[in-house]
Amino acid sequence: MIILTAVAIAEARMGKPGEKYYSGRSRVIMERAYITFKSSTWLIVISGFVEPVLFLLSFGYGLKDLVGDMTIAGQPVGYVAFIAPALLATSAMNGAIYDSTMNVFFKMNHDRVYHGMLATSLGPMDVALGEISWALLRGFSYALGFMAVVVPLGLVPSAWGILAIPAAVLIAFGFASFGMAVTSYMKSFQQLEVINIFLLPMFLFSGSFYPLSVFPEWLQTIIRLFPLAHAIDLVRGLTLGNVSWALLEHVAYFVVMIVIGLFFTTKRLNALFMR
Amino acid sequence: MSKSLIHARGLTKKFGDFTAVNGIDFDVIKGESFGLLGPNGAGKSTAMRMIGATSQRTSGDLTILDKDPDKFGPQIRAHLGVVPQQDNLDTQLSVVENLYIYGRYFGLSRKFLKGKIEELLSFAQLEEKRNAKVESLSGGMKRRLTIARALVSEPEILMLDEPTTGLDPQARHILWDRLFRLKEDGVTLLITTHFMDEAEQLCDRLVVMDKGAIMAEGSPAQLIKDYSMKEVLELRFGSERNAHMADDLRQLCDRIEELPDRILMYTEDGEELLERVYKKGFHPKTSLVRRSSLEDVFLRLTGRTLID
Repeated sequence: MIILTAVAIAEARMGKPGEKYYSGRSRVIMERAYITFKSSTWLIVISGFVEPVLFLLSFGYGLKDLVGDMTIAGQPVGYVAFIAPALLATSAMNGAIYDSTMNVFFKMNHDRVYHGMLATSLGPMDVALGEISWALLRGFSYALGFMAVVVPLGLVPSAWGILAIPAAVLIAFGFASFGMAVTSYMKSFQQLEVINIFLLPMFLFSGSFYPLSVFPEWLQTIIRLFPLAHAIDLVRGLTLGNVSWALLEHVAYFVVMIVIGLFFTTKRLNALFMR
Repeated sequence: MSKSLIHARGLTKKFGDFTAVNGIDFDVIKGESFGLLGPNGAGKSTAMRMIGATSQRTSGDLTILDKDPDKFGPQIRAHLGVVPQQDNLDTQLSVVENLYIYGRYFGLSRKFLKGKIEELLSFAQLEEKRNAKVESLSGGMKRRLTIARALVSEPEILMLDEPTTGLDPQARHILWDRLFRLKEDGVTLLITTHFMDEAEQLCDRLVVMDKGAIMAEGSPAQLIKDYSMKEVLELRFGSERNAHMADDLRQLCDRIEELPDRILMYTEDGEELLERVYKKGFHPKTSLVRRSSLEDVFLRLTGRTLID
């Protein structure tokens, strides 16, 4: 086997589109994430899996007899089955946000890990894609783990429910790319708290524990400006089998979020490290 | 003529109204050790970042291995090993993992890295720390690891920004020794420093920078010859009297520099000058004869000392 040198590897990409920003090696950023995961961050990851299950047990089984069955699209739905998809969507959000905000901020400002990466033949797009892909992989495993709990409990009545897993990945992608873009503009840990100001109310008011229809129209409109309401509607539509073209609107919302997030993240990384 | 690896003409970098690097010209030749000497804020680090293809120049010409960094950033960075002023080792990883993942950033294969890492651990004298986390290393070890990491891609040019700032004397000497070895192996070194002893030890050739501009260029010995005299007599009369004494001493030698804490007298023979000082009836509290250094060159060129 011929061992390629760093120079040969870099020169092989000459003339490819976006070569200044992208070296086609975002996988090595994920490799780094995997090494740190093995040694330290797995605890955080486990807690991300346990959290929605705890909510499910506490709220779901605690309230189900008090609340009784809900009626969704003319069909009776048990309360636990109603909140399970919301918890899946929320955990996809939380995992992606952790990876793309705290984690990214630390590497950007405190450890200067990105400075090191960008002094090599990597480009900012490799870094952004690699970090986001890792967040997605995590979102995917959360979704898989959560489904492994709720499906045997009979909480996913529809076969469409299998699509909740890719939906959770899409949701994680949206939050991760947007979160990373926002983080790249933050100057201190205190400013990062701004993100939490949005997260908790979003979780509480986006229709996790009861339908949005309990709110007046104007408030529903405001809530639907924020991503989590779309995430919950999408996942819930799939697990309960209320599939219609309307679900594509939610998908479109996240596609736009991803594009905007990636655009600003790459732009910002370039401005920060390639000035 | 030898091959010029780095070629800069009129290289300029502005941040808004502030000009950090103001039209500098220099060439770095293959295999040499080239220094940028100057105080903090002289524009050395900014120049290094432009050469490292992580900062775009405002104007002027710059090529690294005949390539324009604005167009071929990743290709140029593949030739460079970068040791930044501020350590940016990956604190979440161990010593070995730091070397491994850095090699992976360049796209190098696991197989290649396996052997390379052993070689670098030995070079950096970190074999016993291979599984230690970065946080537990001393300052000198961290620097050696940063240098080892920069060498993982077998770069043609190693760029070191203030390599020994913050290290104790023993750690500095170990580091210098490692850098000498690299030079012997044919690696081109580009070093910034504000320590004149470091510049004298390490650099074949250097430019003296101040306020974004190059003040002089040459080998350390040549610069001392051109801009200073062979020896320096340092006299201290106590802080109040130094200024007053300077005027009286001026008649005794060609050039005199008056610093807040001491007077420097430039001469070909320091002992002989000291004798004359005493003969004239001056009685300094302390006196010291030493050889001229780059510090004196800098003082001559700018009227200021290197470390303010």
